[in-house]
Amino acid sequence: MMQFLKKVPSIRFMQRRRQWYWLSAAMIVASIAVILVRGLNLTVDFTGGVVLEVGFSQPIDLERAREALDTAGFEDFQVRNFGTASELEVRLPPAGTGEAAGIANRVMDAMRGLDVAAELRRTESVGPQVSRQLGEQAALAVLMTLLLVLVYIALRFRWRFGVGSLVASLHDPIVAAGAIALLQIPFDLNVVAALLTILGYSVNDTVVIFDRIRERFRSMRKATPAEVIDRAINETLGRTIIVAGCALASVLFLAVLGGETLRGFAVALSIGIVIGTYSSIYVAGAIALDLGASARDFMPPEKRGDVDDLP
Amino acid sequence: MQRYPLWKGTLVAAVMAVAILVALPNWYGESPALQLSRHDRAAVDAAAAERIEAELQEAGVSLEERFVDGDGRLWLRFGAVPAQLAARDLIQRNAEGEFAIALTFASRAPAWLAGLGLEPMSLGLDLRGGMHLVYEVDVAGAVSQLLQRMERDFRKVLRDARIQYQDVAVEGDGVRVQLRDPSQVADARKAIVDYDATLAVTDGAAPGTLVAALSEDQVRQRQDFAIQQNITALSNRVDALGVAESVVQRQGLNRIAVQLPGVQDASEVVRLLGKVATLEFRLVDTANSPAEAARTGRAPLGTRLYRERNGSPVLLKRDVIATGEQLIDASFAATQGEPAVSVRLDSRGGEEMLRTTRENLNRPMAVVFIERDRELVERDGRQVVVDRSKEEVISVASIRGVFSNNFQITGLTAVEATELAKLLRAGALAAPVYIVEQRVIGPSLGQDNIDDGVFALTVAALAIFAFMIVYYRVFGVIACIVLTSNVILIIAALGLFNAALTLPGIAGIVLTIGTAVDANILIYERIREELEVGASPMAAISAGFDKAFSAIADSNVTMFLSGVVLFMFGSGPVRGFAVTMCIGIVASMFTALVGSRALIHLFYGRRRRIERLAI
Repeated sequence: MMQFLKKVPSIRFMQRRRQWYWLSAAMIVASIAVILVRGLNLTVDFTGGVVLEVGFSQPIDLERAREALDTAGFEDFQVRNFGTASELEVRLPPAGTGEAAGIANRVMDAMRGLDVAAELRRTESVGPQVSRQLGEQAALAVLMTLLLVLVYIALRFRWRFGVGSLVASLHDPIVAAGAIALLQIPFDLNVVAALLTILGYSVNDTVVIFDRIRERFRSMRKATPAEVIDRAINETLGRTIIVAGCALASVLFLAVLGGETLRGFAVALSIGIVIGTYSSIYVAGAIALDLGASARDFMPPEKRGDVDDLP
Repeated sequence: MQRYPLWKGTLVAAVMAVAILVALPNWYGESPALQLSRHDRAAVDAAAAERIEAELQEAGVSLEERFVDGDGRLWLRFGAVPAQLAARDLIQRNAEGEFAIALTFASRAPAWLAGLGLEPMSLGLDLRGGMHLVYEVDVAGAVSQLLQRMERDFRKVLRDARIQYQDVAVEGDGVRVQLRDPSQVADARKAIVDYDATLAVTDGAAPGTLVAALSEDQVRQRQDFAIQQNITALSNRVDALGVAESVVQRQGLNRIAVQLPGVQDASEVVRLLGKVATLEFRLVDTANSPAEAARTGRAPLGTRLYRERNGSPVLLKRDVIATGEQLIDASFAATQGEPAVSVRLDSRGGEEMLRTTRENLNRPMAVVFIERDRELVERDGRQVVVDRSKEEVISVASIRGVFSNNFQITGLTAVEATELAKLLRAGALAAPVYIVEQRVIGPSLGQDNIDDGVFALTVAALAIFAFMIVYYRVFGVIACIVLTSNVILIIAALGLFNAALTLPGIAGIVLTIGTAVDANILIYERIREELEVGASPMAAISAGFDKAFSAIADSNVTMFLSGVVLFMFGSGPVRGFAVTMCIGIVASMFTALVGSRALIHLFYGRRRRIERLAI
């Protein structure tokens, strides 16, 4: 039998929880600071504007592309490589209704001056009114998800655990967003989907540990709450590592092989999986413990001699 | 040893059999195709289809399949995109204006699958290429149009009732009427209520004034109507473009989303969809000199100055015989080899046309083509509406005979005639629309996205499979079968729900594989734990499944909840991701809890004694 952990470890996670709180608090503060100072690299989805993706037959010099656009009379544009050196992404300010197509034609005229085989691969034009709404929708989706998760966990595990999972799962997208801002990964709707998935994944991970805590509270009658929670985390540690590894492997393959369109999404998810795993081990249970979680939370209201309760 | 209930095993087998059948067409995949429909909406006949095939063969473009579907459209399927594009150019050159040609995909699956109604799942625009447009409807404009009409009608109603007024003007969500004689207030109120009893008529601040206001309900109704009407008009126009699998749907309060798979020529489409085109029929004024009027810039009383297409001035009578609003149908036709638009008017327009043509035999009549574009442009950082209107005389012809509601307009090129017929048939937009979002994905990018996504999916799956088999041995093999079934179930479910697969959707499947492993790992780790404390193999399996259940259920329910929220509040790519994630979660619950247990029992259940499990 192949096993990463030959026997159940007995790491005392709860003993030094203060230090993990400090680490988490530091990460959250740092993330918010990075988001405020460096800012998110918002894409047209949120800023409004026109984006064109142009494919060339050979690697293209960014400086020459900028000059060509300058000569064509464009102002206030950004040019960067997209994926490979022979692909460019051009970002322009918002256009009036129906003007995007004309702009695309003018850009392509300029680009064909550099390379006759230049090919327009994608045009996206988002008006300011849409981008504002997309931003609001994304924020609303995050809030609604958190609320639902809180209610569900509180129903299934009592409120102390609901708060623990809420803090842990709020912690993860914030830190992930900080990392996204630090790396200046383009922040588009796909990345919002990634942040929400991180939230879902983190809760998923936390719930598995909470499930074991619930079970151990019922079976380890003599132990202190801290011992019970430590035991539960240790027992599920093997599973936590394997699952995080599998999920991480699949999104890393997506990041490397899935193409440029999905890269930001996949990188955001990879960061989120690491953070989510950390928070469900070190943060979620600790908060429930400090809020006074105990065996009383999981005692059935009437004694019916459930088989599960026997040691 | 406990036996696994037969009905559960049968259920798993049945579900998987159906899923494999539904997912099967995807194995064959799709290849690029052209869909040809005739502009006059008649079925494409066999002779034309054979002619096109011969032409393609001659030009060296290889065709994989050709068939005419139930709606009389001709499908041509090709091996690759270049052949498809070459064929389109060729057909466009050879049969100008005869067909609407749409770039699309056709299934490569054998005919018996198509016969069962099974087709490969549809691909989103990001995977197949195409155009996505979001229009915003100016609902305030729709209400003000209604108020302006009320204002016009009030003047007429009051005149007809012989009530003198000083002023009739739009004010807020209503119309204010100021009478000359305050004693006629009661009469005026009655006239307005007779005109429309649903209006709330109140006394204004000054004596002798009345305010007829629209209720909130009426304003909302009017806005809804404007959006519905625009959806209909846009749908008609999109249909006229001949795009396969196009979608026109309402999005949010005042937006309309249009999806046009395969469409690449953005400027052309935007122009056709946003255009408001109508016709007016007027008599030509022969008493005055148009050249004189053009020189002075003043048209004589009762006439208006227009320009013909060649730029020469022409004077038309002010009275309109009929307008585009009285039009019932318009279609492309050819009279004596000349392209024409065949027009049918409603009975009122027909009567007027009959009267006019009878009284004005051999006098010239003109057809005025009016095209309005409305644009939202940024000026000094503010959004300004700019109206652009083009009115031109497209034909002047002598009235050769008496006609009423059925006639033809000539004087256009074939392309113009086709386009005019389309626009007239599509109907007018009820309120101005603005494009607020426009995305065009090229076909090569779409193909790249599919290739990359599927490649990443395959590699990720293989890596996880290898790990699971090394780590859990026989149970790992079972997990691999379970995960594969999971993907088949997702593909089948997407096909059944008719949900399009998008790139974020592929990402959702990759993530589902990553987390679906979780359910299996939870169960297997539990079984190992049970074995360690000395449980017998069968008891360990049974306890493993039972004890892992609550963790699997709780974690999947929370994931599912966040997926539902994503779907409800997200848009576009977020939704595509949420759909596959939710389907994936349901599928993974089913496969891990029911499917893998059935497999384990199939593997171990028949043996009389099991010494140890390969886990």
